[in-house]
Amino acid sequence: MVTTAFTPVSSLLGGALIGLSAAILIVFNGRIAGISGIVSRLLPPYRGDDVAGKALFTIGLVAAPLLVEAAGFRVVQTVSGSFGLLAVAGLLVGIGTVVGNGCTSGHGVCGLARLSPRSLVATLVFMAAAAATVFVTRHVVGG
Amino acid sequence: MTRLGLDRLVQGIAGLVFGLGLVVSGMIDPAKVLNFLDFAGTWDPSLAFVMAGAVAIAFVGFRVAGGRARPILAERFHWPVSRAVDPRVIVGPAVFGIGWGLSGFCPGPAVAALGLLAPGTFVFVGAMLIGMAIARALTAPRVPQDQSHPVAGTRP
Repeated sequence: MVTTAFTPVSSLLGGALIGLSAAILIVFNGRIAGISGIVSRLLPPYRGDDVAGKALFTIGLVAAPLLVEAAGFRVVQTVSGSFGLLAVAGLLVGIGTVVGNGCTSGHGVCGLARLSPRSLVATLVFMAAAAATVFVTRHVVGG
Repeated sequence: MTRLGLDRLVQGIAGLVFGLGLVVSGMIDPAKVLNFLDFAGTWDPSLAFVMAGAVAIAFVGFRVAGGRARPILAERFHWPVSRAVDPRVIVGPAVFGIGWGLSGFCPGPAVAALGLLAPGTFVFVGAMLIGMAIARALTAPRVPQDQSHPVAGTRP
């Protein structure tokens, strides 16, 4: 496994940018910055929502690291695990976020910022499930 | 530019700002997320600082929005319709959390990372989209998503 450096300052600043994005989207567009909600509504069935705005949000999201690299910075990233594991993980994330109506951004950032009890429950559950999964894969079966 | 065009353009800018936040915070790196979740091992508390910064600024945004009759560029607020703590908000996040813990990817960082061209990211996002499509087809919302609160000016 890869060790990573603790980055309190840049993580707080980056977090503030994520919060700024959520603030822009609710104040200007009246929408919740929940990525699973935005991305899943790019897929059918369409229920009369504005898909073009969601597509533009997604394009902006994908463009960000490319712009950072174009500006001469290196974006450090380690994607680990077999393709089989990543496929299973992706399926679970896709199903779970649609069933639970949100992910780390929708429940974790926007929901907590709205003081939503529903989002607090969701956030505690996915944090606990994820930490338990990492414990099992790294310390029980992974070693 | 029309108001709808401006509405969509600002959504694009919000996506860009969100993506920059993921890069600056380091959350675009699944290894960093997995290390946050690994309390018994190589723990990296950075994600807690990301959440703190994000929730603090978003809180101000939601306070501003809550005091307005309507958003600056749109007709109405799309507040989440579901408020109940029901089985869906336990089962869904539990399933999501297992996938998050297996990969270190949640939807935002995974989609943002597509352009970095790691093959595993494409496998993850492809499977995630399939999972979303399956779940969307099977779980019709009890209340139609965008017609439920035609005058949703009140904060939930």
